[in-house]
Amino acid sequence: MTDDDDFAAYQSLAEETEDHRWAFGTGFSDPLEGIDTSVPVGVDAAALAAYCLALGDDALIYSHRLQQWVTRLPELEEETALANIALDLLGQARMLLSRAGQAEGTGWDEDRLAFFRTEGEFRNVRLVEPADADFAELAGRLLIFSAWRLALFGELTGSADPVLAAIAGKAVKELAYHRDYAAQWVIRLGDGTALSHARMQAALAAIWPLLDELFRADAVAARLPGVAADPAGLRAEVDGVVDAVLGAATLDRPGGAPLASVGGQAGREGVHTEALGYVLAELQSVARAYPDATW
Amino acid sequence: MDESQDQVRSGWPLYEVFLRGKRGLNHVHVGSLHAADAEMALHHARDLYTRRNEGVSIWVVAARDITASSPDEKDPFFAPSGDKVYRHPTFYDIPADVPHM
Repeated sequence: MTDDDDFAAYQSLAEETEDHRWAFGTGFSDPLEGIDTSVPVGVDAAALAAYCLALGDDALIYSHRLQQWVTRLPELEEETALANIALDLLGQARMLLSRAGQAEGTGWDEDRLAFFRTEGEFRNVRLVEPADADFAELAGRLLIFSAWRLALFGELTGSADPVLAAIAGKAVKELAYHRDYAAQWVIRLGDGTALSHARMQAALAAIWPLLDELFRADAVAARLPGVAADPAGLRAEVDGVVDAVLGAATLDRPGGAPLASVGGQAGREGVHTEALGYVLAELQSVARAYPDATW
Repeated sequence: MDESQDQVRSGWPLYEVFLRGKRGLNHVHVGSLHAADAEMALHHARDLYTRRNEGVSIWVVAARDITASSPDEKDPFFAPSGDKVYRHPTFYDIPADVPHM
């Protein structure tokens, strides 16, 4: 190795930046920097807005459910882990709701969309609505949600809408970690003691009826060729990941009928479980009581 | 910590965390955390100590595996080197074209 090679090796390790306070963290970046935010020609703007709204609602509602776990977890370290995950999802929700408002052209911002819509106007899947009964259910739901969302956003990194593609590009790194975190806990609990195994299995049985809805045909996505992902096309990847985790965890894949839709309508059409109302009551109450408040 | 397997643990063991920052060439001790095993400790370290974009590499080591010098031995360990300033290579002229000194 010559001196020059040696020097280059040190340079690449050091990743010199202008900010020398490395202990505080450096190199922050804006995922949407330099992205053209106009709706591409040939893309149905109303459908794009509805699509971003639905994906944003998934993240917003689930983030709130995860936040409700903070101060209730068994260890301080897990509190931070879950708070980080909730914050990642909240960040995704903010960008997606902003994009929805932009594409719709109503001038509604992320806060208006999050705090001043009623239950029937939310478009999230029903998987994210119920409160987790225990830690096993938290781990199981997070595994299903993040495996599905990672598969979905993996597709969206190639979306014809550059903003959606950029949001997905940022989100896949976050979701890969969420999936890893959840898989680790499902395996620990499933392959743990007899009690933890039984509770993990029961948790999966409780979540499973909400799984099929994730892969239902979606009228909005169908109007967005090249922009949206086909929900049914994600099933193979999600099944593969979930089955691998369940196998390592010595858990059985639950059977049981999917939760029925109402007149062919489910979360994506604004038909929700009763749990959503409780989430929204908590999520929206401050903004509605003090609509002019700033923070 | 020599608990036997069949005892119920009251808490997770302690791990020490070392981070290499973007500009750092070496891992620096940043704190400690509790985890059931090393892999979980790595995840917890990521969640606790790299939230502000601080790190590019993490080491964790079980605190019980660290052998530390005792404060009682401070003088015999460290005082003898206190008057030997000539051990620093400060009495040489370093040529200007020698890098990384």
